[in-house]
Amino acid sequence: MIYLGHVLAHLRKDLRLEWRSKDFLNGMLFFTLLVLVVFAIAFDPTSYPAIARQISGGLLWVALLFASMTALNQSWSRELRNNVLDAHRLSPAPASAFFVGKAIANFLFVTFVEIVLSLVFVLFYNLHPLGDTWLLLLILPLGTWALVSNGTFFSALSLRTRNRELMLPIVLFPISIPALLAMILATTAVLTGDSSPALWIKVLITYDIVFTIASVLLFDTILNAD
Amino acid sequence: MQPWLPQRLYTRNVGFDSQTVADKNPAAVQLDRVSLLFGSFVALREVTLTLSAGASVVLLGENGAGKSTLLRLISGVASPSFGSISVLGDTPRNRRGRIALMGHASQLYDELTALENLAFFASLHNPAPAAVLRDRAEQALREVALDPANPRRVGEYSQGMKQRTALARVLLTEPSLLLLDEPFSNLDMASAQSMIARMQQWLAAAPNQAPRTLILTTHQAELARPLARTTITLNAGQLVSQEGA
Repeated sequence: MIYLGHVLAHLRKDLRLEWRSKDFLNGMLFFTLLVLVVFAIAFDPTSYPAIARQISGGLLWVALLFASMTALNQSWSRELRNNVLDAHRLSPAPASAFFVGKAIANFLFVTFVEIVLSLVFVLFYNLHPLGDTWLLLLILPLGTWALVSNGTFFSALSLRTRNRELMLPIVLFPISIPALLAMILATTAVLTGDSSPALWIKVLITYDIVFTIASVLLFDTILNAD
Repeated sequence: MQPWLPQRLYTRNVGFDSQTVADKNPAAVQLDRVSLLFGSFVALREVTLTLSAGASVVLLGENGAGKSTLLRLISGVASPSFGSISVLGDTPRNRRGRIALMGHASQLYDELTALENLAFFASLHNPAPAAVLRDRAEQALREVALDPANPRRVGEYSQGMKQRTALARVLLTEPSLLLLDEPFSNLDMASAQSMIARMQQWLAAAPNQAPRTLILTTHQAELARPLARTTITLNAGQLVSQEGA
């Protein structure tokens, strides 16, 4: 219960900080909408609905991946400002609660952008999924958690590097490839209805479990590294 | 000779060894031949120091003497390259929660009010219901002469107000060892004296409480005199003198 209290304290703090600054949401929304419009102009998806279904999954996740990069980098720079991170390092609260609280906050921010993005996607690309649409309610949160849990962990890892904005994508992209592949293929399977996304959903679940546990276990070492 | 030290550094090292331990008290801080290197730059050189629980120490030295570095090592937010550090009978990391460090930066979130900042950090140190945390935070702010109802965010505060809020934050965590890095640097005389009075009050722990230890760095030696039961001087990363109990 105490651990949960610490997680909630961090979560409340991060939500409050974002509510007041709107640093992440504005940047992410603007970026993803920009990508969407650029692709819509480039591919003219409404004229080719079959192609639109094929590529939409990839476009959605790539746009989200790039947008979340900017947000994830910023989520830790708040802790560096005024050296707040030192106060956390001296606190007796478990470091992993700090990580979990921040990862959940990032998850909520990215999910919000994802909801807006998905609605705009359906409109711009005139999408009519041919598979089980309800499965997207499973795929989207699982894919988002894969992005943010890893991203939150690796952006903390690159905190002390000089080029951390560059460091995060270099480290995160290769590690996220299995999850990215699974989320794109699962989404495409639902949109096209050609195959079952079950295997890819299982891959995503496994990926989320493994990387979340690893991040929680290793975060104390990351936080207190010199 | 330490194999890691270049000859020229070793010959300059005086290896100062101070003993300020009142035998009846366990040591609050023990440093044994502690050195810290940043690449080839030696920030601290074989510092050996023992401070008893209940000590009130003022660290003096020029800019770059190693005062802040020493405080960071004692707090555990940095690790020495060589030597060992014991705080309150254990490693600094194992004493998290009993050590508080007020550094040059405020260690506060600019977007939150002082009350929100303090309530948040209080929840990390001593989890309690929200109303209790709020009461503690309000009390801590009043003790440093700040208005808990001030709706302004900390980012809009003056440097002096940030400094006092930072002091309130560290005192709120009820530490046994308090480390203050240049606490008077942005304060006017009246505020500095009020902070000193608050420090003296904090040091005079209730008889049933564990003794409290204070280490602060400053350039304003005269100002800090009421707190200087022990005065230690650093120069170029070396401990060069110690006066007082």
